[in-house]
Amino acid sequence: MTSKIRKLIVQVDETRIEMGKPVDPPTRRALAMAVIENPFAGRYEENLDALISIGEELGGLLGDKCVAALGIAPADAQSYGKAAIVGEAGELEHAAAILHPKLGAPLRKAVEKGAALVPSSKKRGGLGTAIDVPLGHKDAAFVRSHFDAMEARVADAPRANEIVVAVVVTDSGRPLSRIGGLQANEIKGEDGLR
Amino acid sequence: MIEIRRILTHVEDIHHEFGPVAAQPLRRGAIAAVLRNPFAGRYEPEILPMMDALGPVGLDMAQRLRAAMDVPAERIEGYGKGAIVGAAGELEHGALWHVPGGYAMRELLGWKGDRNAYAKGQGGEKKGQPANALAIVPSTKKVGPPGAALDVPLTHINASYVRSHFDAMEVRVPGAPAADEIVFILVMSTGPRVHARVAGLKAADIAQWDGLR
Repeated sequence: MTSKIRKLIVQVDETRIEMGKPVDPPTRRALAMAVIENPFAGRYEENLDALISIGEELGGLLGDKCVAALGIAPADAQSYGKAAIVGEAGELEHAAAILHPKLGAPLRKAVEKGAALVPSSKKRGGLGTAIDVPLGHKDAAFVRSHFDAMEARVADAPRANEIVVAVVVTDSGRPLSRIGGLQANEIKGEDGLR
Repeated sequence: MIEIRRILTHVEDIHHEFGPVAAQPLRRGAIAAVLRNPFAGRYEPEILPMMDALGPVGLDMAQRLRAAMDVPAERIEGYGKGAIVGAAGELEHGALWHVPGGYAMRELLGWKGDRNAYAKGQGGEKKGQPANALAIVPSTKKVGPPGAALDVPLTHINASYVRSHFDAMEVRVPGAPAADEIVFILVMSTGPRVHARVAGLKAADIAQWDGLR
């Protein structure tokens, strides 16, 4: 473990009723967050490899935590997303280094497949800053019923020299999705789009 | 009367807070259930039936929270509860949670008191250590908008004056409560603050078993 984790947080958000209508089975979204030290806080560093390997580590750790919290088989995961909040003494590129080069592969392993892009968001923020983690179907990005977002926030983080890294995995789409478009049961799941 | 719309569980491991890394991280958990407020939008004098109806909800939430925290009940050392009432409700609706929320966790953790006496405010304990979960369950409540954050207090389950276990968890549910909803919350923890060092009564020194010291 190369990342220095101060806190690890796992949430499950289960919706049973929406607008008075039962949601059966309930939709469930799991969010796992790690609050880590930013090794490059307070200075410009050209080479961000250390953050890239932290991303690789956290993709597996947080992905596994989400799947375990949902109590599902990895193959039953339906959508995913990722995000990072960089503390004030860091730069946006630090979030990019964690999220983009290597976090995806171990996350896809945690959900068994994952042909689609893992949608992401990033920002700089202070303690308690909230970030909306975008969600998309893991095998076909155009599945309309699974476009969603989950708010992630840690009350006492990120400190200036910290980064909050968040991964969301769901076993469902939106609670009462009914706006047409590509359905999950229509996808080929090969090109990551349809 | 009981319509549970949404349930959010939250479990966190605190490894350090810029001091020595704990050999075993402090685990804290919260569960928040979003319920329809059957009294929203009017003054209802008779709200006590809801308190009874919340009994099983509290027990289920306490069990779910312990399961999400993935520790045996014996490892729970701190607890607290709270409620956030949506804009069309009143603070008194949140107060309905005092008995069912508190008693649910105390029962889960081994309380052996008289539930009916407790409900009437006469929950006197026997001398000695009758069981676990002797201390009052601390609480906060507020009326708030969707996404409102509530700082839910935590204290030691057997003695309210144990200083190392005074703590609080910020709990919020994005998007809830809507005006006609209430968020009922339980929180539990496995130990003292991660770097507790302000002296006072220690858990190991509880002697009176009166829920206080």
